[in-house]
Amino acid sequence: MNPEPTADTGVLAEQAPSSGAEPPAPSPTSGVGEPQPGGTVLAYLSRFRVLARWEVALLATVVAVFVVGRVVSPEFLTSYNFFDMGISNGELAIMALPMTLIVATGEIDLSVSSTLGLASSLLGLLWMHGWPMPAIIVVVLACGAVLGAFNGVLVTRVGLPSIAVTIGTMLLYAGIGEILLGSNIVSNFPATYTNIGVYGVPGIGLSYSTVIFFGLAIIFGAVLHFTPFGRSIFAMGANQEAAIFSGVRVKRTKTILYIVSGIVCSGAGILYTFKLSTAEYDNGTGLVLSVVAIVLLGGVSIFGGKGSMVGVVFAVLIYAGLLDALLLTGFPQQASGIVIGGLLLLSVLVPSVPEFRSRLRAGRHRLQRQAPEAAIVHSGSVAQPRLTGDSSSKAGQGGQPI
Amino acid sequence: MGKSVEMTAGDTPPGDPTASLRRAVHQREGEPFADGAQPAVVDPTNSPGEDQPALVLEHATKSFGAVRALVDGDITLHWGETHGLVGENGAGKSTLVKVLAGVHQPESGRLVVNGREVTLDGPAASRAVGIAVIHQEASVFPDLSVAENVFIGREPLRRGRRIDFKTMNEQIAVIVERLGVRLDPRRIARGLSVADQQIMEITKAVSLNASIIVMDEPTASLSAHEVNRLFEMIETLRREGKAVLFISHRLQEVFDLCQRVTVMRDGRHVFTRPLAGLVADDLVQAMVGREVVDRAGAGGQRIGDVVLAVEHLSREGVFTDVSFTVHAGEIVVLAGLVGAGRSEVARAIFGIDHRDAGRVSVNGRPLRSGSPTDAIAAGIGFVPEDRRQQGLVMAMAIDRNIALASYDHLKRSGLIWGALERRFATDWAGRLLLKYGRLSGNASTLSGGNQQKLVLAKWLGRHPSLLIVDEPTRGIDVATKAEVHRLLEALAAEEAVAVLMISSELPEVLRMGDRTLVMREGRLVAEFSHSEVSEEHIVAAATGQTAAAGDLVTTDAMGHDTP
Repeated sequence: MNPEPTADTGVLAEQAPSSGAEPPAPSPTSGVGEPQPGGTVLAYLSRFRVLARWEVALLATVVAVFVVGRVVSPEFLTSYNFFDMGISNGELAIMALPMTLIVATGEIDLSVSSTLGLASSLLGLLWMHGWPMPAIIVVVLACGAVLGAFNGVLVTRVGLPSIAVTIGTMLLYAGIGEILLGSNIVSNFPATYTNIGVYGVPGIGLSYSTVIFFGLAIIFGAVLHFTPFGRSIFAMGANQEAAIFSGVRVKRTKTILYIVSGIVCSGAGILYTFKLSTAEYDNGTGLVLSVVAIVLLGGVSIFGGKGSMVGVVFAVLIYAGLLDALLLTGFPQQASGIVIGGLLLLSVLVPSVPEFRSRLRAGRHRLQRQAPEAAIVHSGSVAQPRLTGDSSSKAGQGGQPI
Repeated sequence: MGKSVEMTAGDTPPGDPTASLRRAVHQREGEPFADGAQPAVVDPTNSPGEDQPALVLEHATKSFGAVRALVDGDITLHWGETHGLVGENGAGKSTLVKVLAGVHQPESGRLVVNGREVTLDGPAASRAVGIAVIHQEASVFPDLSVAENVFIGREPLRRGRRIDFKTMNEQIAVIVERLGVRLDPRRIARGLSVADQQIMEITKAVSLNASIIVMDEPTASLSAHEVNRLFEMIETLRREGKAVLFISHRLQEVFDLCQRVTVMRDGRHVFTRPLAGLVADDLVQAMVGREVVDRAGAGGQRIGDVVLAVEHLSREGVFTDVSFTVHAGEIVVLAGLVGAGRSEVARAIFGIDHRDAGRVSVNGRPLRSGSPTDAIAAGIGFVPEDRRQQGLVMAMAIDRNIALASYDHLKRSGLIWGALERRFATDWAGRLLLKYGRLSGNASTLSGGNQQKLVLAKWLGRHPSLLIVDEPTRGIDVATKAEVHRLLEALAAEEAVAVLMISSELPEVLRMGDRTLVMREGRLVAEFSHSEVSEEHIVAAATGQTAAAGDLVTTDAMGHDTP
């Protein structure tokens, strides 16, 4: 009942020696989770509490998928099968990496698979015209950068919504790819390159695309989680205006991400072409939705501001493992979308269950407030709101702050 | 300690009509009920034994995570009284109201309504015991009529489940007449003024036979005339024997309207007393817990070199030819009416907006137009007007918000080291005496005043040579406000920071400004030194004429603008 110690002696504590009498980090309210020396590890972990729970769930799912895969087929846990999984999904997985960063800023890039297709067309076209392969690769990657920059400029400088812009460029880039190569199918690539569709990386056994994916995942993860660039991605994803007011270069950051996405996706197009040893304009068509599905399954918020690279890597493993296990069990491949789609829905549903429940509860209250049959006349109903003793037990789950 | 006061206060005869009449409640001609002809208390079920308080809440507690919003919530309402509830922002008033509304369930404590102990497990339960809570912002279905809004979910029906509009409209007409106001029940609710929405809510409360009416800052967005009308309604309700809990930041209103007052501070009940014999300062002191000290005296001895030089700054249609300087160790206040272009000048200096003409330089270094990055690199920190939207990333952790503008200093070989980031954040949170649950919690978990300190921490972490603060104390409580003032003064005096402050509160302008610049319609029109500045001067310059000081902005005890 006494006036508690207030710590508002004002001013910078170091400048107000008079505050020395009071604890420098103040107040009765801050007692609980306050990071004290030694408690920092806990404080550190607590930051990732929610996130970690999601990633732990993903990891558990990865393990479950691989255990089930082993049960349904003895071939599942073989190095050949791992190579196979990587060959099938490597490009998709690679495209998920820049997508993760873009979605974390609150934007999206739906043109990734068209970029892949256009890269494949360009590769075939230039090879048809007798260009040397190293030059072709450089040109294709540069072209990817241009495609990404085009997206970036429309989104950041012109200020159009990224979903509309990239649906537009998705169609545009696919159309350009079709015009470039027409109905031609180029497949006379040298074996030095097409071997990546047949052999794994020496000593590792995984496909080149898989190894490139893991390598890039480490780089992208480090950028996202341990650099100022990554911090600014999360900041602008959560509140773009406040990020601008804090000196974050939102437009530049997003443009860079789109350019990186263009480069990475055209690189994926090169891998894709060599893997099939076929350049075709419709290479990679339709991959984009799987890419987005993986990113969301990995726990990246579609609204931006939240997510982690580890989660996306786990989501890739789940996706690849699940498809492969289904394939091995002879599950009709056309129907595999059911499983993937179901998984994605589950992934957005599960984390929102607590919120959903509280909303349900709030909704019920709202309804009651508007439909107070019991409350019109309060005779008798005075007794209805009962329970006093046990109120404390359920109070904990009552309202959330704010 | 407050408890004993509570008991004695509770012994005063409830609903003593003469007590209330001493307060000048604006009588309206033709009011339905003369004082002598009070109608019987409408609600038979409450059968208020006059000796029995309408509502007693004792020792209620409520925490949100580490934040204890309500430590000792105590309130006693009597039949036929209007009871004021005052306290700073964050004192726990809103939480107490939400407990009474059944929105929050207290962790402990006792609630007795009309002699019966109850537990409110939801808003419906609260309503069932006869409590009606009228929030500042009413929840309105804009496309329904007033009558439909009032009777929503409990419409009287005629045969064939048809809604009986006639009965609805008649009932409302009766209630509205009783309250002495006008409200057309057939009107569509869209476009109703806030005041009319409140009338609608009060009508709803009356039609629900609520006997305890809680009003959470009902006057915050009302004009003086509307406030008078509201007070008449409240007084009518009171004379009908209902208990009214009236929450307001404006102490004068509490004195005008209420018979008793309860003061809260830091989630605790401080005292409950009859208002007769109290003065505003008593309440302010009880709310703050100490005397509010005013400015000790201007700095101004330690003014150094020019830090910010603004020359002929213009932005088409917003402001024109603005030139001024701010020196190291100096606090310059930009005063003027809202909309005079002050914030826009600040935004252009910081580079949020492009400028059309003119130059800005910091420590002699010219700034590019439209580049906050350049401004920050040059040493500017900017505490924007809207801290929730512009100052902070609410959905991001406290420590990351503090570090957000300083990552160029916090990285080592391109990477951010978590330990370094946290130490930096802990350090600055400590220096600004930030009250937080945990540093990894989101910025949204902080109270308004602490959010403002968080924005300040973010910029002070960069050791800026110029700090631009736009309405830094708007909407924060008296104590934190004083803290922010002292902090800015200390920054100027001890760290030679140049401070450019925008404020619409005259007392703040007078207190803080070493120099005061006044803007009107996009132009700088006057400059005053600390010694020559006065409310009259500022108002005259800001309005372009000689006018009474009160016309610009008057400030009540809680520091809320009363336009």
